Amino acid sequence: MNRFKALAAAALLAAAPVLAYAEGVEGGPKQTTNWSAISMFIGFVLLTLGITYWAARRTRSAAQFYSAGGGITGVQNGVAISGDYMSAASFLGISGLVYMSGYDGLIYSVGFLVGWPVVTFLIAEPLRNLGKYTFADVASFRLGQTETRILAACGSLVVVAFYLIAQMVGAGKLIQILFGLDYWVAVVIVGVLMIVYVTFGGMLATTWVQIIKAVLLLSGASFMALAVLWHFNFSLESLFATAVQVSPKHLAIMEPGTLVADPVSAISLGMALIFGTAGLPHILMRFFTVSNAKAARKSVLVATGLIGYFYILTFIIGFGAICLVSTNPAFLDPALVATKGTLAAIKGGSNMAAIHLASAVGGNLFLGFISAVAFATILAVVSGLALAGASAISHDLFATVIRKGKVDEQAEMRVSKVATIALGILAILLGIAFENQNVAFMVGLAFCIAASCNFPVLLLSIYWRGLTTRGAFIGGLLGLASAVIMVVLSPAVWVATLGNPKGSAPFPYDNPALFSMTIAFVGIWLFSVLDKSRRATIDRNGFDAQFVRCQTGIGASSASSH
Amino acid sequence: MPLKTAIGPSAKNVHRKQEGKQTMAAPGYEAIQRNPKYQQLVIQRSVFGWSLTAVTLIIYFGFILLIGYAPKFLGIPIGGSVMTLGLPIGLFVIVSAFVLVWIYVARANATYDSLTRAIVEESR
Repeated sequence: MNRFKALAAAALLAAAPVLAYAEGVEGGPKQTTNWSAISMFIGFVLLTLGITYWAARRTRSAAQFYSAGGGITGVQNGVAISGDYMSAASFLGISGLVYMSGYDGLIYSVGFLVGWPVVTFLIAEPLRNLGKYTFADVASFRLGQTETRILAACGSLVVVAFYLIAQMVGAGKLIQILFGLDYWVAVVIVGVLMIVYVTFGGMLATTWVQIIKAVLLLSGASFMALAVLWHFNFSLESLFATAVQVSPKHLAIMEPGTLVADPVSAISLGMALIFGTAGLPHILMRFFTVSNAKAARKSVLVATGLIGYFYILTFIIGFGAICLVSTNPAFLDPALVATKGTLAAIKGGSNMAAIHLASAVGGNLFLGFISAVAFATILAVVSGLALAGASAISHDLFATVIRKGKVDEQAEMRVSKVATIALGILAILLGIAFENQNVAFMVGLAFCIAASCNFPVLLLSIYWRGLTTRGAFIGGLLGLASAVIMVVLSPAVWVATLGNPKGSAPFPYDNPALFSMTIAFVGIWLFSVLDKSRRATIDRNGFDAQFVRCQTGIGASSASSH
Repeated sequence: MPLKTAIGPSAKNVHRKQEGKQTMAAPGYEAIQRNPKYQQLVIQRSVFGWSLTAVTLIIYFGFILLIGYAPKFLGIPIGGSVMTLGLPIGLFVIVSAFVLVWIYVARANATYDSLTRAIVEESR
């Protein structure tokens, strides 16, 4: 009962800013409050809070908190993974990119998708067979616990932090435009709801929030793509021909443009997208929610199918927006049309292309639906991130590094709940602090760090006998540090964020994955080969037993929690 | 068969061992390593998994290199249409990702699972 009261109080707290705001809306400087969007969003919040209440009663043990007791089915987990992965950035960002540059948008979506086969072939099953709650379980299976857990927790937390800031700032900006709420109000709502879902409902609630959001997002995007195709009598030729005619760039939107400047940037970006996917802590964590390796395999198949389908939809949506949004003065800022042309004059910037298209094809009600879905999307993604961050703190740092594994389950869960609350508050504060910063580089940086620190350590711990604790620790840190340093020195941060003059960036490429991944792999290899310590012998001798369990699943942590 | 008796505790005992934080190796793994079915599983899965990874990377980085070095090639119109070669090629990369995953999962379900079950049975 106490749990219910706390939940209700938290829900009220989250709703309070909306209620308070409702009074002083008219005459505001920005958009008017969008009531159909707000009521649909409140519907989503009530439904997910109901699920959180249901999940809270089933979340008593650490296994239930971190991995929903391994009781999620392969298909459910596949949908949830797609929900985790299809962020507002990929929905609004990529359809906006297609809207502005046409074909270039496809390059990003392809890169985001191609990481999944690699996860399937190399990571998914070993992860399920060797780990329990976090990917650090796998990396530290035969290595020294303390060093490996510290490294993996740092890698996870840094990735989570950058990803989270990007999502929070995006959420604030988006909700400001969509709902007519103040920036800080939006950030506080997202932060508070995220804390509620994760602390009360753990992985079970987070999973169902992801599933519901994925279904809503896929239905909304499917409807929009169908409406666009219907408008052109299901003729792709006529859709593309109209877009070419309407766009000021004409035929250039049908081929690669200026997005990818040179081959080195293209390869480096591709490596970050592919291998970063296989190193994102909140995605890797999802493989522990299913009962065995077979279900893990099925999850990736479902997720890959849904994500691929989704990116095809965003391509159609982007082209649809060129035809139906940039030609309609209602969606354009008249002051900008003369100076920037019709495409760039879109109200609210190119990220709003899909939102305006929703209004163009489905009227105000559908606009409200898509706005609510975009908000729900952010909420679901930040919840997954918060859970991954909290697990790194409680399971890896607190239970294993500080308490050396001598800790009772309830204490560990308390720490993870406190960590979730702390992360939520931190996310709110950082979201507000970064309001006027250019945070576009942060998601890219998160992928780059995941590819340069988490992925090499995880991959080599599974497949390379020669890996030692020292090699993993030093090499992983080198990958982490080099990725961060090179991004800070790149034009995206040095010029665009820190405001240094154009052309003064010490490192020429925006995405350094090609270099930082090389540094990580070479570092891990070199320091492992040179390692002659006693620990190194233990590490290498542990490989055979680990590999047998990795291949057969004998001894893998089981689904039920007793 | 001396193989069967050589193998240590049941899977249940192994599981109980796992509950400790410092993960211990399952005893009896040497016997499993000597099992020809295990060797077959490891070789088949490794060769297949790494080959499919290579195929994925070749397709994707092939696409990336086309973008980097021959963007105009992707801009060649198909027939008299405004659609360009880049569209089917991009679609192919997306669909190939799903098809490759599907091929792996189908084969794993058909072959690797039954092999794994046999190995686990024999290790009891």
